[in-house]
Amino acid sequence: MNTILFYILGFILLAATLMCITRRNPVHAVVYLVAGFFALALMFYLLGAPLVAAWEVIVYAGAIMVLFLFIIMMLGLAPQEVPPGPGWQRWLPLALLSASLMACTLLLVVQDPAAGQGISDYSLAPQALGEVLFSRYALAVEIVSFQLLFATIGAYLLGRPQPKGEEPR
Amino acid sequence: MIPFGHALAFAGALFVLGLSCVLIRRQILMILIGVEIMLNAASLVFVAASAFWRQPDGQAFVILLMAITAAEVAVALAMVVYLWRRKRTLVADEFDGMCG
Repeated sequence: MNTILFYILGFILLAATLMCITRRNPVHAVVYLVAGFFALALMFYLLGAPLVAAWEVIVYAGAIMVLFLFIIMMLGLAPQEVPPGPGWQRWLPLALLSASLMACTLLLVVQDPAAGQGISDYSLAPQALGEVLFSRYALAVEIVSFQLLFATIGAYLLGRPQPKGEEPR
Repeated sequence: MIPFGHALAFAGALFVLGLSCVLIRRQILMILIGVEIMLNAASLVFVAASAFWRQPDGQAFVILLMAITAAEVAVALAMVVYLWRRKRTLVADEFDGMCG
């Protein structure tokens, strides 16, 4: 049952992402991406990560994507016609090389006997995850908290109103 | 029983979708959304590997990855607002002042 659910969710995720990256209107793209992230959160739950699933919904779908929506609405971005870029042909060799590289990687993944092994039922309680996070990775948590502080200061510096007489060009 | 290779294949397909979004779309917001999609593909690999080897480290890394992504998005969206104030457009090709 869980396996079937995993595949359904995976295809929902891929379909929502595909719709997202082809939308012309950025608001529609963000809403499709939120749907995809809900599917991804359920996949995390099926893979035994309930806390990560909850954070995926709260942080990604709830905070980051809403931040994108705020910016889109603040700037009043209309769906705009972007003229087709110069030289699709310039990208063609790179696209072909990347596609063959991807095919080789998928072939390796399929051939590897370990890849066929199933993921047995596994569930990590939030308490156990928190103990690992704050004992083994305590230093990483501290560094990340510093980084969040720096990002706040950087975002403030970039977003503050320009001082008088220093108009942006 | 979900085969590990299939979880990796889903993550790989998601990563390719995000990468093509970054390469094809030329609006800065859509490029940022492509980066988000790629980061989510990476976290799917982390969670699947964590369940496969029955170790909690992968999930701890996903939590750290989310915090890092939040910081990245805050700075990147501030830069989007800054660029909008400068040129009133978000098409990436307009910002070629350094001839890149």
